[in-house]
Amino acid sequence: MGVTDSKDTPVPGYDPTGFFCEIISAAERGVIPKAVVDRLRSIETKELSERAEAAARELYNLGITFTVYSDRTMIDRILPFDVLPRVIGASEWETIERGVEQRVKTLNLFIQDIYHDQKCLKDGVIPADLVLGNKNYRKQMEGLDVPGGTYVHVCGIDLVRDDEGNFCVLEDNARTPSGVSYVVENRHMMQRAFPDLMDDIGIRPVDDYGPKLLQAMLDVAPAGPMDPQVALLSPGAYNSAYFEHIFLAREMGVPLVEGRDLLVEDDRVYMRTTEGVEEVHCIYRRIDDDFLDPKAFRKDSLLGVPGIFDAYRKGNITLANAIGTGVADDKAVYAYMPRLIQYYLGEDAILANVPTNICREAEGLSYTLDNLEDLVVKPVGESGGYGILIGPRSTKDELAEFRAKIKDDPANFISQPMINLSVCPTLVDGAVEPRHVDLRPFCVTGKSSWVLPGGLTRVALRKGSLVVNSSQGGGSKDTWVLTE
Amino acid sequence: MTQLSLLARYAEDIYWMARYVERANNLARLLEVNEVFTRDRRGAHNWDAIIDLNADRDRFRKLHGTPSPTSVSYFYMLDRENPTSILSSFRAARENARTLRPLISTEMWTHLNVFYNELLAISAGPSSVPNIARFCDRVRTACQAHSGITEGTFYRDQGWYFYQLGKYVERADQTTRLVDVKYHTLLPDVSEVGSILDLSQWNALLRSAAGYHAYRRVHPRGIEPTKVAEFLVLNNRFPRSVRYCIGEISTLLSQLIYTFQLTRGDRVAAAVDVIHRRLEDTDIDAIISYGMHEFLDAVQLDLIEVANAMAVAYFGHVEEEEDAA
Repeated sequence: MGVTDSKDTPVPGYDPTGFFCEIISAAERGVIPKAVVDRLRSIETKELSERAEAAARELYNLGITFTVYSDRTMIDRILPFDVLPRVIGASEWETIERGVEQRVKTLNLFIQDIYHDQKCLKDGVIPADLVLGNKNYRKQMEGLDVPGGTYVHVCGIDLVRDDEGNFCVLEDNARTPSGVSYVVENRHMMQRAFPDLMDDIGIRPVDDYGPKLLQAMLDVAPAGPMDPQVALLSPGAYNSAYFEHIFLAREMGVPLVEGRDLLVEDDRVYMRTTEGVEEVHCIYRRIDDDFLDPKAFRKDSLLGVPGIFDAYRKGNITLANAIGTGVADDKAVYAYMPRLIQYYLGEDAILANVPTNICREAEGLSYTLDNLEDLVVKPVGESGGYGILIGPRSTKDELAEFRAKIKDDPANFISQPMINLSVCPTLVDGAVEPRHVDLRPFCVTGKSSWVLPGGLTRVALRKGSLVVNSSQGGGSKDTWVLTE
Repeated sequence: MTQLSLLARYAEDIYWMARYVERANNLARLLEVNEVFTRDRRGAHNWDAIIDLNADRDRFRKLHGTPSPTSVSYFYMLDRENPTSILSSFRAARENARTLRPLISTEMWTHLNVFYNELLAISAGPSSVPNIARFCDRVRTACQAHSGITEGTFYRDQGWYFYQLGKYVERADQTTRLVDVKYHTLLPDVSEVGSILDLSQWNALLRSAAGYHAYRRVHPRGIEPTKVAEFLVLNNRFPRSVRYCIGEISTLLSQLIYTFQLTRGDRVAAAVDVIHRRLEDTDIDAIISYGMHEFLDAVQLDLIEVANAMAVAYFGHVEEEEDAA
């Protein structure tokens, strides 16, 4: 027996223990049909485990892996894949889709504003020093126009559900969000391992991410070339997300290049081929701003392309995402998003923020210090779930240590109430147990925006854990968006 | 988009992926045949020859000291510290394949990935190795599976031709080394003139090059050193002979130049012409009077020039003269 709800056929081992359950609570609310729950329930746990094991082996053999380093050796790991899907009803998805598009639209308007007229700063919507003093603010971008005003071509917005089942935004990833390859590969894996499970359930496909991304790149390519050459720029085979770079290059049908494959002459970018050099017009880059051009940014970068920023400034090449978007996915700037949405669009945010206290502000700091044991505190500049304090789960010593850190550099921190992430039935050691999940939908924007139906569901595989990051024991699930 | 262009780096990686698999294949054949010998009669002596053939004496001494049959086998089978071991060749082939994943078929990558992980899982050390014949058989089978998968799945664009070039350049190089080292070792000493030739050694040389059966079709009876050398160097139908490999290289290159319009190939073509003529305009008597070692040495230098010319013309390397300027 796979999944059950505690009412009709109680199975020892599955009890959402008061959290919102993505399957059972959602079915009770009628947002996903009962038939889907029955289907999940129909599979024997033992068989589930066997097929899950085969699936994991296949992922490893196919090299659908990320790379971790220990000592001097590289180890390939698969992102642990849980075979029980996360299901999102059609109506809920419609809200997420609109909410994500609204947010991406705002991010683009905001970034265009801060690198041009800076109206939002003049109007006092957001503190100027928060933006201009941000380490990801790129002065070089001031006054530079980008095609279509699109800065954030690929955006990953992390969503969680609270106890009431409301989706809210945890953070915006506007630089080089990763994980979309797992969305597509997880689906392929499910189709191979569990075709019976998916039969006759209307699930929206995820296969067209590559073509959509390519189209977005072509939308924003410099005017001029009849047939613009697009390329994906990767730091190389030793990057932990290299599999994703391969995947995306293949799905888009474009060459995967590294910095050493490119050169700039007369402010134009070329790639070295067996026939000589060939001009490139549009680059989906998976390298951070800092490393992109040793002449414009970090001088010690060996990964980048000297002179590419000048080519960019001349409009001879489009970079996606644009340079300088990091300022918009800062965790402190995030706190102002609802106000920015109102400011630029005159709309209320469709997806709420998690209430956020900004420690750079006196009020936020004193509230944070006074309530540390109830709050989650995050450094603003970190990603990957590092350096986070979860107040309710920390010892007195840890709290004291963190308190000192915050006082030392308040501007580096924000705090939020602890959100009890929703749970989803998950196969753990042969039994089905509740584990906490989040959701990262991906939005692709060229001339217009498109949200991949679904997104990456990350699951914290450790019992009780709220940290879903792959670097810290997280796995992933297939995410089904139902057609009706 | 008309003809898809090929990144210079990919062309190079694909060329090297093929070379490394071919190298592992040759080494496995050599070890396997050698293993049979040591059991037969000579003891560690033959293992020394393998170290010389690969010019690994210093490296070996640093890692393992005085050669013993087991430590030499380990050194070439599974030693992670030895860049010329079978395991290291597969690691390099797999690393190239990993970089090439946007280009090669999933099956090509998966196969190399799985086999490399299998090799990693074998426990061995300088004083204990798995059964050599069985190990070498597995390696050969894996190399052949790789060839088969590549033949059956790899898209026939420029990349395929660079793959084939890598395979034949490596094979030609390996065969010249094998003949070079063995030919002199196996000829009877002057003092032994008239003594009975050790035929089993010449058999083994042919078997190392997987050429025993093919040789028998050309020469149904008897084994003569001169004929064996001629077969391995000059036969134009045996797929591991030097001449055959050079012929293939020549054909592949003209296809790159004419079919794919790679116009930068002039220097490569010139280098291939040199080696092609060296093998076409000679016979075994001429080679022997010129000196077998000298001849094979010249062929190896020609191959290096071909590889250098390809690096400049196709792989985006900078010419040495330009470096100095």
